[in-house]
Amino acid sequence: MLRLGLLQPSDGDNLNPILQVKGLSKIYGPGCPSCFELTGPEKDTNLCPICGTVISVRGIDFDLYEGEILGIIGESGSGKSTVVKSLFFDETPEQGTADYYEHGVPVSLFEQNAAAKRRLRNQSFGMVYQNPHLGLNFDISAGGNIAERLLVNGTPNYGKIRARGIELLKRTEVLIERMDEKPSSFSGGMQQRVQIAKALATNPPLLFLDEVTTGLDLSVQAAILDLILEIQEEQKTAMIAVTHDLGVIRLLANRTLVMKYGQIVESGLTDQILEDPQQEYTQKLIASAL
Amino acid sequence: METNQPILRLEGFEKTFYLHAQGKSIPSAQQVNLEVFSGQLTALVGPTGSGKSSVLKGIYRTYLSSAGEIWYHTKAGEQIDIAQAQEHQVLELRKSEIGFVTQFLHVPPRRTTLQLVAEPMIKRGVGHEEANQQAGALLDSLQLPQRLWELPPSTFSGGEKQRVNLARGFAAQPRLLLLDEPTASLDPATSELVVQHILKLKDAGTALLAIFHHPELVERLGDVIVRLEPPKETQSTQGKSR
Repeated sequence: MLRLGLLQPSDGDNLNPILQVKGLSKIYGPGCPSCFELTGPEKDTNLCPICGTVISVRGIDFDLYEGEILGIIGESGSGKSTVVKSLFFDETPEQGTADYYEHGVPVSLFEQNAAAKRRLRNQSFGMVYQNPHLGLNFDISAGGNIAERLLVNGTPNYGKIRARGIELLKRTEVLIERMDEKPSSFSGGMQQRVQIAKALATNPPLLFLDEVTTGLDLSVQAAILDLILEIQEEQKTAMIAVTHDLGVIRLLANRTLVMKYGQIVESGLTDQILEDPQQEYTQKLIASAL
Repeated sequence: METNQPILRLEGFEKTFYLHAQGKSIPSAQQVNLEVFSGQLTALVGPTGSGKSSVLKGIYRTYLSSAGEIWYHTKAGEQIDIAQAQEHQVLELRKSEIGFVTQFLHVPPRRTTLQLVAEPMIKRGVGHEEANQQAGALLDSLQLPQRLWELPPSTFSGGEKQRVNLARGFAAQPRLLLLDEPTASLDPATSELVVQHILKLKDAGTALLAIFHHPELVERLGDVIVRLEPPKETQSTQGKSR
């Protein structure tokens, strides 16, 4: 490979891929031979005019390295959320492979059986959704949500689970006195903090963030983004941050993929995407934000 | 034998922007050739619009070059063409070898000045306490008042921001430092402090490629001077407007 021998990693931890995705495709509908030909950014639609199938994502390729934050930006319907939901096993893609490197050994995600997928989801990956109802169980307390994730991972004793819950909620700045309340009594920003605490419970090497700050007050957004950055710096967690907000990309991501109608139209270093966008769509996106 | 090898060599570097919405090409730097050596400063000079900043941004890969090669000689002794390098290679170079100080301060919000200056050192592996101490020393040497250290620089004046920017750039101790008008908003006294820093960096073997607002700084600090000419299209429009 080109990369080998060219650079000595300064602290040896970030020139290894943790995830390699190739040819990922997901459609909703029956599909027909013309679907891929008649949809995509240049056709300005993700809906097949012949069979009515929605081509949510198609032929997505990317690598994620240990400890880096990759941004995926695009408008509604670009398929950006489908990418992370497929990787977190919320959706089942039709095509493509995703290799997750567990202690350097590739694990082909979509070929795993249900038990192995559950283990990866509960232990190795974390997900923070835009909608806290998807990430939290609203029938049990904030502390209970964290306990649930620790229990399925085999943490045996109540004291340890409680202690870890307190540690996580402290870290994410949720008042410990409120840990026995249900998430429904929390503000939107607090619910996101509990979701982050739950996602981090097992110290997962890989975290997916799906529009985590969308719909929150600006000051709350800032605090959540700062928290995510601090956690990334402390734990070197690799993350994929899906957003439609250029400000979030600018703050969080080293590299960025730009998606439109299911495909990647452009990818690059985040500052390059923002200052020297190449594609017409990206130029329009950046121009409309300023 | 290899000691006189440049750390950076540009061959036929060009940058042209294409604006899809307007269907228009905007030429910036054209046919730029230059070399930068360890312990020396190469100064880029030329009129507005000749693409001086585009050259620096092309080397840092904030801009994608339109033509040419950007050969960088790494610490490990390899030659790498930054124009063609993979994104992760570029990120690694930015982290450990190439620094960039622009006229503008682009830093994460809500962090104190001291944190921001200590950060490049912490990334290099310096302990937190020592990094804070050195950050303080750097800010002190650029005469940024201590009462500002615990504040985020977002509300600072132009000159104060520029000093934070310079302190961050110096703190990273890069092998190659790119400077885009680092003294543009500084008073003469502070500007002189920056000059002393740059002379120290040269003595320590840092390679510098710089754009200066003041011609006398080019005179004092430049070991190699590279003059850029504006692209022809720009020349003609400038001629009309004058």
